[in-house]
Amino acid sequence: MSGPRRAAPGGRARVLLGLLLALLMLLPFVVNPYLLSVLTLILYLAYVGQAWNVMMGFAGQLSLGHSLYVGLGAYVSAALFVHYGVPPALGFLAAILVALVFGAAIGFLAFRFGVSGVYFALLTIAFAEFTRIGFDHFDWVGGSGGFFLKVAQRDYNDLVNLRGSPEMFYYLLLAMTAGCFLLCHRLMQSRIGFYWLAIREDQEAAQAVGIDVFRYKMLAVMLSAALASLAGVFTAFFNNNLFPFQIFGIEKSIEIILGPIIGGLGTLFGPILGAFVLTVLAEGLRGTMEALGVVLPGVKQVFYGICLLFVIMFLPHGIWPSLRRRLGLDSDGGR
Amino acid sequence: MALLEVRGLSKSFRGLKAVQDVSFDVTEGEILALIGPNGAGKTTCFNLIAGVFAPDQGSVRLGGMDITGLRPDQVCRAGIGRTFQIVKPFQQLSVEENVIVGALNRLHDVGAARERAREILEMLGLAAKRALPAASLTLPERKCLEVARAMATGPKLLLLDEVMAGLRPTETDHMVGVFRRLNEETGLTILLIEHVMRAVMALAGRIVVLHHGETIAEGGPGEVVRDPAVLECYLGEEAL
Repeated sequence: MSGPRRAAPGGRARVLLGLLLALLMLLPFVVNPYLLSVLTLILYLAYVGQAWNVMMGFAGQLSLGHSLYVGLGAYVSAALFVHYGVPPALGFLAAILVALVFGAAIGFLAFRFGVSGVYFALLTIAFAEFTRIGFDHFDWVGGSGGFFLKVAQRDYNDLVNLRGSPEMFYYLLLAMTAGCFLLCHRLMQSRIGFYWLAIREDQEAAQAVGIDVFRYKMLAVMLSAALASLAGVFTAFFNNNLFPFQIFGIEKSIEIILGPIIGGLGTLFGPILGAFVLTVLAEGLRGTMEALGVVLPGVKQVFYGICLLFVIMFLPHGIWPSLRRRLGLDSDGGR
Repeated sequence: MALLEVRGLSKSFRGLKAVQDVSFDVTEGEILALIGPNGAGKTTCFNLIAGVFAPDQGSVRLGGMDITGLRPDQVCRAGIGRTFQIVKPFQQLSVEENVIVGALNRLHDVGAARERAREILEMLGLAAKRALPAASLTLPERKCLEVARAMATGPKLLLLDEVMAGLRPTETDHMVGVFRRLNEETGLTILLIEHVMRAVMALAGRIVVLHHGETIAEGGPGEVVRDPAVLECYLGEEAL
């Protein structure tokens, strides 16, 4: 139960978020390269989780093929860079544009013709899969053999061309994650956010109070796709190699959605918390197995499954809603 | 002046004529009740007005503007608010947020919508529950919330689909009081479907009776309950 609305929890949430951001900004100065790579992975999953959460958590539209937008963003920006020398600082616009076109196409097909629920989720998988197969045979970007960016180790950080140190990538991702959080926060305090929640809860009732359901669902899908494509741009230039089966694979889509589900669907902080918990546990498990000298392929997936099982059994709304209550942050800052 | 003009409305579902050539007017400021036995076509009639289905024939005009075949959200923006026979609250949202969503139909700023929502909740006696999730309300409270949310959209005409069903007599009397006050104080025009005759007689200035999708009687409450055709098909001989 949320009590009467007070100003205090919102203020406290803001202070805590500020402290967290400060901590994340300072960490690269003290951690070793391995921990920095783990932190980067956490932020990456937090970012894509937030992007996916816009569609599912806020507007209630289940996408199981979100790797589609990540992959498109990655390939578009990388291809422009490799073939035409367009820097990602410009290429990201093209990445967004392509993701928007795909998002709009899927949304239009589904929402115009009344495809919803499970069938909508299947449609998103289908799009991701046939795009993967398409890229497997798309020789201009290497086909199934992979597409590679030249790894040029430089002494300075070049944000325009996204060439530089792991620290640069970490801070870029931190900025993206914080920006995405602020954007979601603003949206959820606006008419758009209220309309998305109404659509998630009951479409017919939403329509009866004057909401153009088609338009707001399209908005959610397209925004979510655009945000996810930026994660793709990051991936391409961070990893310097792209393989269709890796980036468009259903495993990637599942990885995107686990964080928000475990952290708390439809909450602002859930995707970030979920990414943290999941990555820390998975890395901890990997470290322990390594130390014990045990080699078990696929153990990470099994572990993800167990995490999901526990959260669904004991915290069906995710970790964040109950943690939020315990921290006394309820009724604001959270959603 | 007629606020709502329904003319020759017809709708069939796979050959079943749910509504046949139904016409009536709702005058500005009045409360009109639509009654009739189960399956008479009352809810279909509502759904045709509210834009859930497009009619096969006929037209619906609101304040002189043709709204036939518009989508539900367009009909709402044109000025018709509705409640559902089976209530549809936004379960995980708080009572206040439910009403805010309604108020955003006219007010684009969330702060202003929140203020409006609070006024409406105050008026309907739900203010004490405003921070609770809608899922935690009792049935009478949910019905009340349904009305609050529809009211918040700023309608010229309110369509109430069996809001009294499932309420105890004292609760019915409370709701009757609420609608009376809304009607008298704000001049809100109301079209209601109702089986609870106690509420119909207390509220309605006029009654339209449907049977097998057709209008069989229309008039003041006093006349309609004495109409032999109405007695036969709906109220029963012993009603008098």
